[in-house]
Amino acid sequence: MNGVVAVMKRELASYFATPIAYVFIVIFLVLASVFTFYIGNFYERGQADLAAFFTFHPWLYLFLVPALSMRLWAEERKSGSIELLMTLPIEVWQAVVGKFLAAWIFTGIALALTFPLWITVNYLGDPDNGVIVAAYTGSFLMAGGFLAVGACISATTRNQVIAFILSVVACFLLLLAGFELVLNFFAGWTPQAVLDAIASLSFLTHFNNISKGVIDARDIVYFALLIGVCLYANTIVLHLKKAD
Amino acid sequence: MIDCQGLTKQYGRLRAVDDLSFRVQPGEVLGFLGPNGAGKTTTMRIVAGFLPATEGRVLVCGFDIETQATEAKRRIGYLPEGAPSYPEMTPRSFLEFVAEVRGIAPAKRRSRLEEVFQLLHLEKVLDQTIETLSKGYKRRVGLAQAIVHDPEVLILDEPTDGLDPNQKYEVRELIGRMAKNKIIVISTHMLEEVEAVCNRAIIIARGKILADDTPQGLASRVPSRRLDEVFRSITGGAAA
Repeated sequence: MNGVVAVMKRELASYFATPIAYVFIVIFLVLASVFTFYIGNFYERGQADLAAFFTFHPWLYLFLVPALSMRLWAEERKSGSIELLMTLPIEVWQAVVGKFLAAWIFTGIALALTFPLWITVNYLGDPDNGVIVAAYTGSFLMAGGFLAVGACISATTRNQVIAFILSVVACFLLLLAGFELVLNFFAGWTPQAVLDAIASLSFLTHFNNISKGVIDARDIVYFALLIGVCLYANTIVLHLKKAD
Repeated sequence: MIDCQGLTKQYGRLRAVDDLSFRVQPGEVLGFLGPNGAGKTTTMRIVAGFLPATEGRVLVCGFDIETQATEAKRRIGYLPEGAPSYPEMTPRSFLEFVAEVRGIAPAKRRSRLEEVFQLLHLEKVLDQTIETLSKGYKRRVGLAQAIVHDPEVLILDEPTDGLDPNQKYEVRELIGRMAKNKIIVISTHMLEEVEAVCNRAIIIARGKILADDTPQGLASRVPSRRLDEVFRSITGGAAA
């Protein structure tokens, strides 16, 4: 456990030692506001809730989270510091979990900084704060899902651009998995059970459920499993390929 | 003790390390010599537990580097080739991180770090980011990281590369002082370094051991008693 915490602290500190943290947080907050007020028509809707804010989170994360996750392992490979990390007396999974947690806590900080919106909506009306808490939870879980996918992909390459592009594509497919576009591709040559399985992989379905205020164990389990599987894959990738 | 038995590393068709076996005892400072591409770095990476060997095994103080990796790695201090670190960190925060992962108790951490900073003359640059440091300082930060837990085994890949003559002298002094009850393995292509700090030298080329002797023993193989001549005569055929 010592190893996980040490790696996590180091990683988190390095976000704030570089401009990454500030650039990410500012862009995240600006984009989130733009989406909420201009595209989501926060005021025009005339409802005291944050639906206009949360609807766009999946699309915001689609580009911002891979920008955060791309460096997790690719940068270690590029700079050679992976050799240092992998020869310290910690298990590979501890480094994987430590790095993931650091990135996840960081997105949590960015998300928490959207609190003025919550205050605003409470000032303007009488929203259902239970729903808002659920939606924040769902958004945080979804960010974790995106991050875990991105971390795993980042471990396969030393090139951050490749890690970014592949992560965006993978996350995009996961987002759209429940939509016609993806399902049509599989329809016809895969059995119905597989189609259903693919449909249930979609980020959107699970996030939409939670953001409506319905915290269903299945949705939580979905994100937990997704994170678990990706981090496990991440560990295997590192075991198979430590150098280069 | 380090015990390497039949180490082999295959990269596709290339056999980087070919059936290497050797033992190193405490008190020995072993110099790995060889032309570029001889397999020095690959061997060190295997011994330090970064790369898995294709065949063979490594025991470090009785622990198998692959099956008991964490136990073995606790006993090793390792300076990888090029002394990589985290450029955005300061030497202080970087070494605090290593000390924490290495399990040095928080109460002892500060005094131990002060000691290491002094040994490697890092006091002046402690709060500067590592990316802004000169090559010599970066190398010394790498060395500090390797010795912070006072390991039984030190594996140093080109520890004096990029240092000026004074710094080289100091690092060699440091290695000499630590040598008494440790196992130290260094790789180098500077022959005078072998004469200065090592009490045993292994010359490898194409992944094979060509000579394993004391520096004096090696020197006595040619009439001029010069190590560079021995090196050329032993590896000349292999390098061509």
